[in-house]
Amino acid sequence: MSGYNFAYLDEQTKRTIRRALLKAIAIPGYQVPFASREMPMPYGWGTGGVQVSAACLTPDDTMKVIDQGADDTTNAVSIRKFFEKTAGVKVTERTSEATLIQTRHRIPEKDLNEDQVLVYQVPIPEPLRFLEPHETETRKMHALEEYGLMHVKLYEDIARNGHISTAYAYPVKVEGRYVMDPSPIPKFDNPKLESAAIQLFGAGREQRIYAIPPYTKVQSLDFEDYPFERMRAEQMCAMCGAEDTYLDEVIIDDEGGRMFVCSDTDYCGERRAAGHNGPLGAPVKEDAA
Amino acid sequence: MTPLLSVREVSRYYGNRIGCAGVSFDLYPGEVMGIVGESGSGKSTLLNCLAGHLAPDTGEVLFDTRVDGLKDTLTMSEPERRMLGRTDWAFVHQNPRDGLRMSVSAGGNVGERLMAVGARHYGSIRSQAVDWLGRVEIDEDRVDDRPSAFSGGMQQRLQIARNLVTGPRLVFMDEPTGGLDVSVQARLLDLLRGLVRQLGLSAIIVTHDLAVVRLLADRLMVMKSGHVVEAGLTDQVLDDPQHAYTQLLVSSVLQV
Repeated sequence: MSGYNFAYLDEQTKRTIRRALLKAIAIPGYQVPFASREMPMPYGWGTGGVQVSAACLTPDDTMKVIDQGADDTTNAVSIRKFFEKTAGVKVTERTSEATLIQTRHRIPEKDLNEDQVLVYQVPIPEPLRFLEPHETETRKMHALEEYGLMHVKLYEDIARNGHISTAYAYPVKVEGRYVMDPSPIPKFDNPKLESAAIQLFGAGREQRIYAIPPYTKVQSLDFEDYPFERMRAEQMCAMCGAEDTYLDEVIIDDEGGRMFVCSDTDYCGERRAAGHNGPLGAPVKEDAA
Repeated sequence: MTPLLSVREVSRYYGNRIGCAGVSFDLYPGEVMGIVGESGSGKSTLLNCLAGHLAPDTGEVLFDTRVDGLKDTLTMSEPERRMLGRTDWAFVHQNPRDGLRMSVSAGGNVGERLMAVGARHYGSIRSQAVDWLGRVEIDEDRVDDRPSAFSGGMQQRLQIARNLVTGPRLVFMDEPTGGLDVSVQARLLDLLRGLVRQLGLSAIIVTHDLAVVRLLADRLMVMKSGHVVEAGLTDQVLDDPQHAYTQLLVSSVLQV
């Protein structure tokens, strides 16, 4: 498309972001400040992730965008269209075909491989934000590895609810050093942070970039007597019958009726195409596609 | 006997104004030192310099560390100093809101220092927190309440529990009884005196209340305009004040 540089941002800006990305990968979990730009979408719509994606995209890339696991929600559709227009890259909804995946709040169910990059949209990069309001102090705590306060939050969870009730944005320690907020992914996804793919985190409003390089050790914080637990609804997907995926609860009428479906729409669709069927899923016809 | 804390010629200036100047003293293990003086006499400046919150312009503050013996806390690295601040040292603020996390439960407040030094077992953190709340006379069933639901006296006692849970050797107190009414003050002083004797703590207590030092302190320093004008055993200084300012101070105490 003429009138725009490739992937919207100018080359100098992309270079500054790449420099920040390199530093972030060199120091896993460390929040690197960067000069975040105004993007043609509001804060909270993934401006950080969009800038990181723009800096990473090449014309040969195939892009996938998901929002809460779904390819067809407003946020995902608008960002996908944005890059289709300004970068002219191929787009896909298939996890296995994508080389760059921008995500909000989920990690795809299918394991990623070494040729893929996962870009997260992050609202609040600082895991200690609501415990220690001073940014100067939290930076010092990161620098000196003083992370006792993070456990105070988990202590409070147990004291109030009898178990660690933090269900999303569950704090992790990366490579035994930095405590990191994995963006608001459900804690179900935390074990998947140890991945073969490069994982990049961009926070636009907060102007921070951080990263987890491939095969990096990522440990969810916990207590010895209250170990970290994955959490999912004890149901099977109503559409594809999967019993090991993260499920969304969907209200289907005003009489208390509800169903649970995979939040990863692509994964669910592929399973259905392969012949799996849940209690509420109509059988897929061979000629439907 | 090596002193626990050895202060040498500590001075702190605010531009041309004197905060405190040329203060030297030794504090021995198990000793409680009182610092008295009027507002603006440099008591709090001195205390903050000793506790590492303020950097003095000149002087040395030597602390008897567990590993290396006497060591200047001003030249040691920041991580080391902060480590001291949450293990061997404790700081009780005048206003409990400065020393507590108001949005975290009482148990969490006490447990924070334990978690800061690596405790990762919920059950043992909690039982230590309950134990310490008991020692400062807070009921066990208040362990999950936030400090904002506590009275001023309870908040101050909670702050003391939070500070003492890691077994510090030196406690800095900045007007620990300020802002409390007299009956609550008496109870807190009683508690403090018990804890100090029982645990063999060393403490430096800054106050303008002579009754507090009479009750708690072994030794006393009187400050005026940033300088120490008189020092000695508490009873000796209060019963037989030598400096004119100390005489004024002692005679200004209201007799009921």
